[in-house]
Amino acid sequence: MNIQLLINQIEEEFEEVIPGTIKPDTSFREMDGWSSMHALILIALIDNEYDILLTGEQLKNAQTVQDLFEIIQSK
Amino acid sequence: MGYITVKNTVIKAIYTSVPKQKVYTKDYEWVSVAERDLFAKTTGITERRVASESTTCSDLCLHAAKELLSDLKCRDEIEMIIFVSQSPDYFLPSTAVILQDKLGLSKNTLAFDINLGCSGYIYGLSVVGQFLQSGNIKKALLLCGDKSTISTNFQDKSTYPLFGDAGTATLLTYDDTVENWGIHLASDGSGKDSIIIEHGHSRHPYGSVSDEYIEYEPGVIRTKKHLALNGMEVFNFALKEVAPSIKQMLENFEINIDDIDYFVLHQANKLINESVRKKLKIPAEKVPYSIQDFGNTSSASIPLTICYSLKNEIESKQLRLLFAGFGVGFSWGSALLTTSSIRTKIIEHD
Repeated sequence: MNIQLLINQIEEEFEEVIPGTIKPDTSFREMDGWSSMHALILIALIDNEYDILLTGEQLKNAQTVQDLFEIIQSK
Repeated sequence: MGYITVKNTVIKAIYTSVPKQKVYTKDYEWVSVAERDLFAKTTGITERRVASESTTCSDLCLHAAKELLSDLKCRDEIEMIIFVSQSPDYFLPSTAVILQDKLGLSKNTLAFDINLGCSGYIYGLSVVGQFLQSGNIKKALLLCGDKSTISTNFQDKSTYPLFGDAGTATLLTYDDTVENWGIHLASDGSGKDSIIIEHGHSRHPYGSVSDEYIEYEPGVIRTKKHLALNGMEVFNFALKEVAPSIKQMLENFEINIDDIDYFVLHQANKLINESVRKKLKIPAEKVPYSIQDFGNTSSASIPLTICYSLKNEIESKQLRLLFAGFGVGFSWGSALLTTSSIRTKIIEHD
């Protein structure tokens, strides 16, 4: 896998995001309109696409898309 | 373990009563319009039904049961009544006992409550099945539902827009010509804090502190007598346990996913249910929904979804169905059964 694929998947799920605006160092919580619902969407996305179930704690500790990518890769 | 076989038991009718009053997600002014849209898209909930102040869950179940007994003309034959709910009329006595009287059932009726939420329909079916399969009892009523809106707070976006009220009545009868049911039941009480009403019972009796409003995070304000729900924890539980539970049960009873006509899942939220569906590679047309129009209706959600989305098929065809309920506790379970010509109806309560 590569990080661009993960970015594309996130952009597809977060319909309100303009494609191309998410970068590896994007802090996802600081994105416009971020809400707790997005956290659930991220967990579902990573579970569906990578078969990895992030805990609430893991997600809380991740700040950027790169952090998420590293968690997925380490599994 | 946790696998149970139920013999000689058949579902004859499923009736649902929902309150007339509709409440729309788009009107939920506590959050921004963008948040309302995202909530509707993610959970699938665009509207739900809310019971009036004077209507209890047992009133909705009573309404459904009265209509059922009148249509099927079997009031005098009912020997058992079970009420599955977490919004009973009183601390005591059991609501099922009150309903025995209100329905005009014989004093020889066995009646008790089961205190479960989203997994309640599966537990209720298995308990009734245990009584019926011996043939000592021939006809039973299983009443499932909740008035969840009594315990949600408008200023708590994590619960208020999610729940709808509904009451259901399922008629089950003894029949020694039908196929066995397969049932799997499970519990994990370590998740108790994830969905809880903390105050008002014996662990934390109702007191002045129960009425204090606390802001837990932006948009989440409630007291300790309100329903608290940790969305992330519940979501994780559902993703971890539900799909494997269904899969293991199918393996245990040697049934393929292709052999099942419909998977009727508790209507938790669309994101959870779609994740479960995709994990099990179930085609979308085999997973019916009612959440868009009724919200999460707790133990009423499976019978309500059958009445709402499968009416024509379940009344006319023989179907092999899998039900899965999961949530508060945590408690979860699934049931595998074949149905034939079940009578269904949805009625509205004033």
